[in-house]
Amino acid sequence: MTARVLTITSGKGGVGKTTTTANIGVALALQGKRVVCLDADIGLRNLDVVLGLENRIVYDVVDVIEGRCKLRQAMIRDKRLPNLYLLPASQKRDKSAVKPDDLARVCEDLKADHDFVLIDSAAGIEEGFRTALAPADGVIIVTNPEVSAVRDADRVIGLIEAAEKGPAKLIVNRLKPDLVARGDMLDTGDVLEILAVELLGVVPEDETILVSTNRGNPAALEERSRAGQSFRNIARRLLGEDVPFESFRDAPGLLKRLGRLFGADGRS
Amino acid sequence: MSLDPNSIVIKGLREGLSVTLSADGTWREALTALEARLTQAPAFFKGGRVALLVGLRTLTESDMRAARDLLARHDVTLWAVLSDDAPTQRIASELGLDIPPPVPPPPTPLPRQWEVTVEDQPSAPTLPLEEWPDAGLVVRRTIRSGQSLRHPGSITVIGDVNPGAEIIAGGDIVVWGKLRGVAHAGALGNEDAVVCALDLSPTQLRIGSRITRSPDDRRRKPQPETARVRNGQIVAAPWGV
Repeated sequence: MTARVLTITSGKGGVGKTTTTANIGVALALQGKRVVCLDADIGLRNLDVVLGLENRIVYDVVDVIEGRCKLRQAMIRDKRLPNLYLLPASQKRDKSAVKPDDLARVCEDLKADHDFVLIDSAAGIEEGFRTALAPADGVIIVTNPEVSAVRDADRVIGLIEAAEKGPAKLIVNRLKPDLVARGDMLDTGDVLEILAVELLGVVPEDETILVSTNRGNPAALEERSRAGQSFRNIARRLLGEDVPFESFRDAPGLLKRLGRLFGADGRS
Repeated sequence: MSLDPNSIVIKGLREGLSVTLSADGTWREALTALEARLTQAPAFFKGGRVALLVGLRTLTESDMRAARDLLARHDVTLWAVLSDDAPTQRIASELGLDIPPPVPPPPTPLPRQWEVTVEDQPSAPTLPLEEWPDAGLVVRRTIRSGQSLRHPGSITVIGDVNPGAEIIAGGDIVVWGKLRGVAHAGALGNEDAVVCALDLSPTQLRIGSRITRSPDDRRRKPQPETARVRNGQIVAAPWGV
């Protein structure tokens, strides 16, 4: 068995790369896959926090590369899923501590015993992005339905094509169905029209993400989270299943549902 | 003696532009002619990269530095000096101005001149330097933000030109798709050049030395249009009119 190495990147910061990496990792592990989440954002370590594993870090990926520990010693087994691992970034160093070849070598060593290696890339198009891209067999672009995020995604897709790592697949994150319905937000079709790449999934804006991120408990673990459901569907698509894209339109809010229950529609 | 700037031959390469300097006169005169050419059409060269073809001329290191500095003043990168003179070629290589050894291109079903050209990419260059036919360049892909196409002839894009991308042509520009980036036709000074697209919504449109931008609020049905210079202004009209 040899793992697929997928790099998750975006160009623009703050669109949800780390949350996406953590949740896809969890969702793939829930499907019984052996997964490593690798934090390649050296110096701005985050993935451990989102996965709730911060307090277990002893060694990090820079220690592995510089020979201070064995790869196995730096890998942290998830507290919930026994087939999910985290390889944390260093918080004390910066991007120059890891070269593209270094990361490629680490991934090569991880491939034998796993099904997926998910690399959480740094934002931007500089060194950190180039390093995260080097070992990739495939690339997942995360964007938000917002003009500047889409512009940056377009730039990054061009760089990925030039590096012959394409075609990239796209996740549209933080979609607000009610804003789209009012015509105040780009919809998925608008984003795809510009980027012209394959859509891997759409994740709605969801408060449970914020809560679960702060608690270090990824939403993909929560049966009732809408965003979590989207991430679980993305994982199934990555495994080759044909999962229809969710429609968020007919998911009325709690108040509306209560209102309907009591026969008060607001309009009548 | 002064050299005619128009004796300089400009061609489009996969990796940038090639500029062939006249073999006559001194190096200083050749550079003066080059500077005149750069000044004639600054927008065409700005931000691009250039390989200088100097033929049998023998150059010193300071000659090459002078060329590099001159180009840099016009925001042009000198990426290679190609000479048929062995000592000159050696100096070029010491300055990192030679062409790296060829990397075998990946197998592709398309003719080579249809491959991507992305000037800001450190993509593997191939030898021999391959010229695009001067009549024009055909590119069949989406041109994305941050990418730029530059050719002394005409450029045809079969695909979209996204916002943040730029197309700079000495001749006409035809986009069989949506044109949303910046397009500059006739950038070597030809105001008869036209820009046409199936959906002509560029961020900015330039023809020769004229510049216009799209209206800020433009909600209309996309239709094929052609833009050209009329009475000193760029005007767009539906296809065929």
